[in-house]
Amino acid sequence: MTAVIDYGAGNLFSVKNALDYLGVPHLVTRDQAEIENADRLILPGVGAFPDAMAMLEELELTGVIRREAEKKPFLGICLGMQLMFEEGLEFTPTRGLGLLPGCVDKIQAPGLKIPHMGWNELVYENDCPLLSGVPEGSAVYFVHSFQAQTQERYLAAWAEYGGRIPALVFRDHVFGAQFHPEKSGAAGLRILKNFCELR
Amino acid sequence: MLAKRIIPCLDVRDGMVVKGINFVGIKEVGDPVECAVEYDRQGADEITFLDITATHEGRGTMIDVVRNTARRVFVPLTVGGGIRTLEDYRDILRAGADKVSVNSAAIRDPELISRAADKFGSQCVVVAVDVKRREDGSYAVFINGGRIDTGLDALQWIRECENRGAGEILLTSMDADGTKNGFDLPLTDTVSRMVNIPVIASGGCGSLAHFGEVFEQTGASAALAASLFHYRELTVGQVKEYLAGRGIPVRKAVEL
Repeated sequence: MTAVIDYGAGNLFSVKNALDYLGVPHLVTRDQAEIENADRLILPGVGAFPDAMAMLEELELTGVIRREAEKKPFLGICLGMQLMFEEGLEFTPTRGLGLLPGCVDKIQAPGLKIPHMGWNELVYENDCPLLSGVPEGSAVYFVHSFQAQTQERYLAAWAEYGGRIPALVFRDHVFGAQFHPEKSGAAGLRILKNFCELR
Repeated sequence: MLAKRIIPCLDVRDGMVVKGINFVGIKEVGDPVECAVEYDRQGADEITFLDITATHEGRGTMIDVVRNTARRVFVPLTVGGGIRTLEDYRDILRAGADKVSVNSAAIRDPELISRAADKFGSQCVVVAVDVKRREDGSYAVFINGGRIDTGLDALQWIRECENRGAGEILLTSMDADGTKNGFDLPLTDTVSRMVNIPVIASGGCGSLAHFGEVFEQTGASAALAASLFHYRELTVGQVKEYLAGRGIPVRKAVEL
């Protein structure tokens, strides 16, 4: 069973639709016991870093997420991916979940439009099980104004936008997608399916 | 490279697809969900529903259309038409849309843009602006399907939309719309260079060459067309093949 963590994120329904379409057993929950009992966890997210962290804290979810992410496959999507880092610098410096080393800061792309919105191609860096069967150069859908800053060793794939934007990051069984796999057509569905088949 | 987006637009009334010529003389054609599935199959980068329903009951139907589409189509969905309140925003986003476009309501109450951006994030706030050129060469904003001149200067209004937190501008030239003579290149170029948010060019597209022009001669991030795709004069796939051949970055849809 895959648990999609419900803390009011805007793309929750889209993630759920994609899992329904893939026929993946899942539940949408904010219940500690259900999160503990799940085989894998998805943390969706759209919006601002400080608000989302405040929401997770208010719902007393940060502790259980930090604990459970050590034990089972975990996937953060978009803002959910950004929350996985140690610190976010959007509006005001805010402590993140700290599942991955690094911070989240404004995209520096002089002369380019912000947000980075639309379909951009994945360039592969390190082998990652979520990209199995997805050809390099596949385009996925991004919408974001902030980006992760992390070491190359955690990078599965990046996208070119005034520099390298970390697109898919990972450490062991902990994964973060800056793009929206639930809105990225066949390539995105394949990435979600790959995640839901991890044990 | 960020791909230029091709966006088919479906005009929907009472749950059925229609397409107007110059916003008048509307013909009915099909089920919007099936049309969206077909556009997705052709490689559409995003799909826009424009709800032209007038009645309250009809608006509930639109929510169902969005919900049923979002279960089958996994590219971004934008819904516009008749959005007045934050509750409208919430209902449409909860049904599975990714972006909501506002037009008249934003002009009556510009605070709606700021509030929606604060509450749901700029990424889902699209402001649709219908523009007509004045005799002195300036641009005016029209509302109500091009029937009412607001007296607003289009460039000033678009700048205000950006400052208030709009995430994208859907720019329709009322002069070009329905003509099939091509996008309004000077207008699109002026606006896309003026703002730092993406601009979707709309109105007037009638051929492959028009898609090429709008990306080669303006800063548009996306191009939207309705009747061209709806009456199958062109497929999204043909447009992308043409653009790729001219060296314009487009998404190659993969089947896995």
